[in-house]
Amino acid sequence: MFVLIVGAGRVGSAVAKRALAAGHEVSVLDEDPLSHERLEDSDGQTWEDAGGLFTVGRALEVDSLVEAGVQRADVFIASTDGDNTNLTVAQIVQRRFGVDKVVCRVMDPARAAWYAEQGLHTISPTRHAIEMFEQALGLDG
Amino acid sequence: MYVIIVGAGKVGLNLARELIDKGHEVTLLESDRRRYLLVEPELGHVVHYGDATELWVLERAGVQRTDLVITVTGDDEDNMLVCQVAKEKYECERVIARVNNPRNLQHFKLLGIQPVVSATDLILRLIEHEVPRYGLVHLLALEEERLEIIELEVQSGAPAAGLRVSEVNLPEGSLVISVLRDGRGFVPTPETVVEAGDQVLLVLDAGLEEQITPVFSYAAD
Repeated sequence: MFVLIVGAGRVGSAVAKRALAAGHEVSVLDEDPLSHERLEDSDGQTWEDAGGLFTVGRALEVDSLVEAGVQRADVFIASTDGDNTNLTVAQIVQRRFGVDKVVCRVMDPARAAWYAEQGLHTISPTRHAIEMFEQALGLDG
Repeated sequence: MYVIIVGAGKVGLNLARELIDKGHEVTLLESDRRRYLLVEPELGHVVHYGDATELWVLERAGVQRTDLVITVTGDDEDNMLVCQVAKEKYECERVIARVNNPRNLQHFKLLGIQPVVSATDLILRLIEHEVPRYGLVHLLALEEERLEIIELEVQSGAPAAGLRVSEVNLPEGSLVISVLRDGRGFVPTPETVVEAGDQVLLVLDAGLEEQITPVFSYAAD
């Protein structure tokens, strides 16, 4: 599979390394060139040496998406630190480039739920945290 | 009419003032605390502090009963997503969005957000109008209707110069709707003679302009 990940923060870079280790082709797009360092493995091997691709560019620039390989992506993950960027780029990739599997991080649980109803695969870390706290308090039963 | 304006910058604030003056009910949303505090003494309860991309903020502002949502923040993603949610979740029939970066125009279209207003585009069009390339100015493009209105200057020696409007060899799907001569404009009849130096306005089906330009320009060969 070809996996394109936009946003190489803690979440994006961890998923990228895991996907690469699992044998997938992985391309990462981030506007910050320094985010590249997060992709190095624990032995100091660079992301490229490990076989990964990295593009510096903005999520909403179509040229950057194309350079990062959106046209041949099987999976697209939007994991920047901005809900609005993630929701916008995920919809663009879904509608314009017809990528099969689009997954999008949305911190705001209300919008994560509504966009999920509209057919977008959203993941809301906030929602998960709320559930965990509820469980810890025994409020989930 | 009830209007929600998102973004209390210069555009949003002045828009709110104008609409209130015209007797409309307005709520202005601003997510920056400092900007909100600056505007609040003038507008009072009209301005709400909050991030309009959050659903509860829109709901508190009464998005369910609004006639129009206008998003004029400096952030295109915000403008796009607030309009999308207003239209699709809250069934607000009319939205207007500001586009800050003209390259994002395609994204607004893809998400079905229209009409949009882009200051950069408007200024570019004004520049084209003041400094026309090839003597042709796009005055209006009705994309849905696939119609355009253009303005051309008739060059001396052009095929159309000296002919009656009815004799000018125009492709089907185009029509001369107005002639500007010596600083005044008029609607021509089929008998009106087109003169070199006239500015002519034509309405045409989209895509015909390349056939029309040669009729009014002089090809020195």
